[in-house]
Amino acid sequence: MYLLLAWRNIWRNRRRTLITLASVAFAVFFSSLMQSMQTAAWGNLIDNAVRFYTGYIQIHHQGYWDDRTLDNSFVNQASLQSKVAQHPGVVAVVPRLESFALASGTDRTKGTLVIGIDPEKEDNLTNLRNKMRAGTYLQAGQKKVLVAEGLADFLRLAPKDTLVLIGQGYHGANAAGKYEVAGIVKFPSTQLNDQVVYLPLPEAQWLYDTGDRLTSLSLLVDDPGKVEDVTATLQQELNATQFEVMNWQELMPELVQGFEIDRIGAQVILIILYAVISFGIFGTFLMMTTERRYEMGVMLAIGMSRLKLQSVMFLEILMLALGGTLLGILVSLPVILYMHNHPIPVSGNLAELYQNYGMEPVLPFSRKSDIFLRQAYTVAIITAVLGIYPLWFIQRLIPVTALRS
Amino acid sequence: MPEVVIRTSGLTKVYKETKVPVNALGGVDLEIMEGEFTAVVGPSGSGKSTLLHILGGLDYPTAGHVEVGGHHLNELNDRQLIDFRLEHIGFVFQAYNLIPVLTARENVEFIMLLQKIPAREREARAAQLLQEVGLGDRMDNRPTELSGGQQQRVAVARALASRPQFILADEPTANLDSKSAGNLLQMMAEMNRREKVTFIFSTHDQRVIEKARRVITLEDGKIVSDVTKA
Repeated sequence: MYLLLAWRNIWRNRRRTLITLASVAFAVFFSSLMQSMQTAAWGNLIDNAVRFYTGYIQIHHQGYWDDRTLDNSFVNQASLQSKVAQHPGVVAVVPRLESFALASGTDRTKGTLVIGIDPEKEDNLTNLRNKMRAGTYLQAGQKKVLVAEGLADFLRLAPKDTLVLIGQGYHGANAAGKYEVAGIVKFPSTQLNDQVVYLPLPEAQWLYDTGDRLTSLSLLVDDPGKVEDVTATLQQELNATQFEVMNWQELMPELVQGFEIDRIGAQVILIILYAVISFGIFGTFLMMTTERRYEMGVMLAIGMSRLKLQSVMFLEILMLALGGTLLGILVSLPVILYMHNHPIPVSGNLAELYQNYGMEPVLPFSRKSDIFLRQAYTVAIITAVLGIYPLWFIQRLIPVTALRS
Repeated sequence: MPEVVIRTSGLTKVYKETKVPVNALGGVDLEIMEGEFTAVVGPSGSGKSTLLHILGGLDYPTAGHVEVGGHHLNELNDRQLIDFRLEHIGFVFQAYNLIPVLTARENVEFIMLLQKIPAREREARAAQLLQEVGLGDRMDNRPTELSGGQQQRVAVARALASRPQFILADEPTANLDSKSAGNLLQMMAEMNRREKVTFIFSTHDQRVIEKARRVITLEDGKIVSDVTKA
């Protein structure tokens, strides 16, 4: 009967209950939609940024990230690569040897970033083949290079021209080589586009006289959500004095900061939204208690304990909160599922920018269940906090005073 | 031989909620026997309702002592007073005070639910009481669907449902027409005889005064007359 009493009580004022349910549902709907868009957009951005160059995780020789020289490279042991490749969650291991050199075309010279790669593995991680603008893609064993478009323009190079690299190799050795340009690649990042040269890995190792050494192993994982776990377990398994294992958050702190700033901005909007909704819910609770002051006095007078009266009121609050939340989820679920399958297309310059980074020009929506659950928790917590008022009101109610009111 | 079930001595109540304290009761000494049908009368502000509230454990006296059914009410805390009211007191208020979202039957059952009486027993007693007050055909109506007289009869049925030792009725006929008031009083007198429940009314109503076997008159918070009819 307590449940029945609570149920009938919330429908005493049908219009007010409907407005309260609608405002809770709106808060859940709006915040779910916003969170879904933000989660998907950042998920996409992070995935693209990671696949653009760094990978989700990198393994270096201890100290390499702070002092990126060939002297901090490590021997490319087959056992190391196979151990990492077999680690749960790791789906690809991409070896690289990176250093710097002066690059010369016919009559110009420029400082460049030289990256020795396994062409097939690199393409698997970064889709390098799709960035080709002219010529042909690298093949293992070739004595050829891929040159970034900006650098090629500066050096006035085209496919089949000759590029000369001069630099400092491992332990101060001279590094000099002459290579045919196999192809031109284009990067949306100006910094990369103006300075990158790709060489097949054995050729780079020969140029810098490193023997079979690498500067990094970049890893792809099957679930980006497990990156921190995989990083930690890999670090435990590998010799910590010899290797450093870093995840994308450590490799790209500026991306993490950008995400944090965006997240805080969204949180502020949500806080404002929830504050407005909270006032609405509180107004309802205030009315529910004030207009029933006399009746509550009667209930206490006839022998209903405060705890039972508070329980009935709590049931009413729970019904309103759960009802509003469920309604919000029911409304937002089909909308988000639709948006997930039909993301909003982006046009104009923004679309071009997206495509340059290899991203689909759309605003995606995530359908992860925790988006809805988070809103449900939030509304539950807000309602529970606001629900303290009616419970406090009942605790302080003096029956004889209420009966006189 | 009936025994004393209510005893007050030096019962005083001072309201200090306004700038000038109001002396609602000024040292009331009273004894009421089991099964009495008593009317407390007096002009407005004489302290009738205050006396009923204190006897019913709804309010504490400022001074003096009150013992009801063997319970020393001054010594009970809020929770104990609620339990005391549930087990020993049935209230009938001037404004009926039924729970508006419950039907007549549910209103009567509600107090038995608070007493944790099994559902079947609750249903049977609620139906029986509503039959007795002449509302057998209106059990499933909500208070808004009943007249004032009918609502007050439901309130009486609710007050009796918990099998209380005392029924305290504060101006129960004030909002009723003459016929309804007459029927209600007849019904309460009948229950007083049959169930041996002690009834105490606060009232201005001459019909109640005529029906009562004892009439206590209060003025300015003091008993000025106490007449038991032969």
